[in-house]
Amino acid sequence: MDLQIFALLVQDGVTNGAVYALLALALVLVFAVTRVIWIPSGEIVAYGTLTLAGLQAGKSPGTVGLLAGMAVVAGSFEVYACLSRGEAHRMPRQLALWAGVPLAIAAASWWLATFELPFWAQILVTLALVTALGPLLYRIAYQPIAEASVLVLLIVSVGVHFALTGLGLWFFGAEGSRTPPFSAASFELHGVTVSVQSLLVVATSLALITALYLFFGRTLTGKALRATALNRTGARLVGISPDLAGALTFTLAALLCAFSGVLIGPITTVYYDSGFLVSLKGFVGAIIGGLVSYPLAAAGALFVGLIEAFASFWASGFKEVIVFTLIVPVLLWRSLTTTHHEEDE
Amino acid sequence: MSSGRKLPFGAWGAAAFVVLLVGVPLVAPQFWVTLGNYIGLYSIVALGLVLLTGVAGQTSFGQAAFVGLGAYTTAYLATTYGVSPWINLLVGLVLTTLLALFNGVLTLPMRGHYLPLATIAWGISIYFMFGNVDFLGGHTGITSIPALNLFGLELRNERYYYYLIWAIALAALWTSNNLLDSRPGRAIRALKGQGQMAEAFGVDTVRLKIVVFVYAALLASVSGWLYAHLQRFVNPSPFGINQGIEYLFMAVVGGAGSVWGAVIGATLITLAKQVLQDVLPTLLGRSGNFEIVVFGILMVVVLQRAREGVWPWLARLLPVREPPPVPAAEPLALRDRTLLAGPLLDVRAARKRFGGLIAVNDLSFAIHAGEILGLIGPNGAGKSTMFNLISGALPLTSGEVVFRGESIGSRKPFAIARRGIGRTFQHVKLIPQMSVLDNVALGAYLRGDAGVLRAAFKLDRAEEARTKAEAARAIERVGLGAHTHAAAGSLPLGKQRIVEIARALAADPLLLLLDEPAAGLRFLEKQELAALLRQLRAAGMTVLLVEHDMDFVMGVTDRLVVMDFGEKLAEGLPAEIQRNPVVLEAYLGGI
Repeated sequence: MDLQIFALLVQDGVTNGAVYALLALALVLVFAVTRVIWIPSGEIVAYGTLTLAGLQAGKSPGTVGLLAGMAVVAGSFEVYACLSRGEAHRMPRQLALWAGVPLAIAAASWWLATFELPFWAQILVTLALVTALGPLLYRIAYQPIAEASVLVLLIVSVGVHFALTGLGLWFFGAEGSRTPPFSAASFELHGVTVSVQSLLVVATSLALITALYLFFGRTLTGKALRATALNRTGARLVGISPDLAGALTFTLAALLCAFSGVLIGPITTVYYDSGFLVSLKGFVGAIIGGLVSYPLAAAGALFVGLIEAFASFWASGFKEVIVFTLIVPVLLWRSLTTTHHEEDE
Repeated sequence: MSSGRKLPFGAWGAAAFVVLLVGVPLVAPQFWVTLGNYIGLYSIVALGLVLLTGVAGQTSFGQAAFVGLGAYTTAYLATTYGVSPWINLLVGLVLTTLLALFNGVLTLPMRGHYLPLATIAWGISIYFMFGNVDFLGGHTGITSIPALNLFGLELRNERYYYYLIWAIALAALWTSNNLLDSRPGRAIRALKGQGQMAEAFGVDTVRLKIVVFVYAALLASVSGWLYAHLQRFVNPSPFGINQGIEYLFMAVVGGAGSVWGAVIGATLITLAKQVLQDVLPTLLGRSGNFEIVVFGILMVVVLQRAREGVWPWLARLLPVREPPPVPAAEPLALRDRTLLAGPLLDVRAARKRFGGLIAVNDLSFAIHAGEILGLIGPNGAGKSTMFNLISGALPLTSGEVVFRGESIGSRKPFAIARRGIGRTFQHVKLIPQMSVLDNVALGAYLRGDAGVLRAAFKLDRAEEARTKAEAARAIERVGLGAHTHAAAGSLPLGKQRIVEIARALAADPLLLLLDEPAAGLRFLEKQELAALLRQLRAAGMTVLLVEHDMDFVMGVTDRLVVMDFGEKLAEGLPAEIQRNPVVLEAYLGGI
């Protein structure tokens, strides 16, 4: 291996790692606030890429139908909840929020997809569509059993992963998609070719990480979410609704995943079922941070990206074997260094 | 209750199951025989998960990898070297044991949600290994695996093969059921969220988890071996993580708390999958793997609405068998009770530091054989910490705890239990679904030695009868004879605390440690508890009682040690302590 190849692999690894880092942050965020191990995050990433690819092809993306369907389900959940609690007066507001808003987003996207939008507008439509799925997922799958153990929530996550994979096939079809790069330009730096695309990916990731940092450090909502993460009962006592916190968290996490999807589209061909392995790699990163530390999670994700890049150079067939075997010692180290309460199991 | 109305249903149910099982290959079309074969194969794997996940509380998404190991071992050896499938079965079991031990030793010490994540990871790794190793045929796999040969009969016909699969499945059900109703079985049930309690009665929990894990892996491997010779070709796809998830789902849907949940779950999921694969493409107008959508949604609904699965719901229709009275049996051996010179337990300058806080500060006291010593003090005085230092739940920072002349300060809880110290818990730690009898029998864990193998093949019955008789005696001794067969969780708190004492007594202890036994009890219950303690002392038991209910303590103890801020405030007879101005100051804030 010469310096050229080494630099190329590092660049590859860092670019992939930056995408995994976004995912790792989303996973840490979701786990911290809701205790959900969010396996289906990968499907959201794949939906991001496939939605953008659909818009590129001048079609109305499958996400529109999916979002509309989920809005109807969430709306009926709300109607049922309001009726069974005898709070019929709250129904119009809840319906507008859970069914009206997502339906409006779906309708607007469907209408916008008929125009030839500029690239940046397509990205915006993609982000809006895919992000809207987040809170609906929380409402439908997780909120009804928000108090269950981490383990039950994990199995629910696996169920959601199954459902979303199949729905992905239904709404996007079996063929893979790749989106055009944001920039085809590249330049030489000390004899090493650096692609602008890679720089853009890393820069976007960094910008999002900074934005998250500011959100949690400087805004009241962010602080409320952090409070919920630390102590759910306590947060409820001081007037923070855990349901609202959960929905908000899933919105943010879905936004991060949608961004990952947009960023990963030009790097690799994405199929409806590509998300699982991507999300698991994000997990390896997140777990290195113990599912609690944002900077460690980002660093871990970067590490995974690098390992993957070098593994695919030396033993491409065993790339996944290497990456996933790596997680076991990391998990062991983590489980032995975290304090643990038996009653939580 | 075996009411006349319900009994026929149970009998009919059992008869229908047998007729269906035996009759299917005789009359049913090929299609149903094939389905029956798959249900049998899946049941065997799901059964392992019932034990591992449902009973022992250790979630694995990776069982499909062990199925693959069993299948690939026989496929490779039979096609490449022409080795007999029966030898391959043994080789597969050995390989599976090795891989399961390796994975188990690495991942089972993990706690909480780390373990299931680890199983996903190695499940994926092993799947990709199958697909990338050249001698295993890569993604195309291995073809023309020979048929099984049983007593000269070649099992090419699926109808014959059916009987082999179900014979093995039923054998696995039988051994698993035996295992659950045994000495190791009681300990396995305690692994789910009650590990600390199990350790206190001498169970090496990590070792036991590994044993259950290997057991589940071996079942999976047998299923894989059967699969390979049924299909006569293997490729990596049925051993991926999705199939691993489906196995777990079968156990959850069927009801992971009972061995029958495995069969019901495997049946329901297999049939549902078949129906969906037929119906969905016509319904949707295109083909694809759409049944996983329904599966995923079903999984979420089951967990939201019926977390215990289908079996408990079915079990309610079955007759409840009146539990037989516990037969008398020869008592288990008692431990050596020779009195040694000096105190039974001697605490010498014990100290526990948590960061900057010294919870117990150079505390010394002694307990003499045959007395009830009370350790009292206001909230936060360090009583519970001191208790945990003696029972081994916390390590000492410095100082010594000497029991019968031997220092036990740095030993693990199960080693301390072995030396004859029994304990109760401040927050009751019983296994709620298990009967009082079984809960108390767990206390006698160290007095038996039946292991998993003996238990699985019912070779432990003599010892088991003695253990049960011993447990029944302990229950009689504390006056709960009427509740012997009740589920422990159905008793009121006061009685549950007494069950804890019976469980500790079943261990035949020399010293009984009671951690706030009166907390949360009503007046009458406290009086009963006091009477029980007096009765135990009259029988020669030595007791250390940690308590903050002064009235209760004054009535039953011989001597008191008063703690405050981690230090000894006073020591003496109850009457002296009651008049001690320093103690009054600490308790009442000096009036």
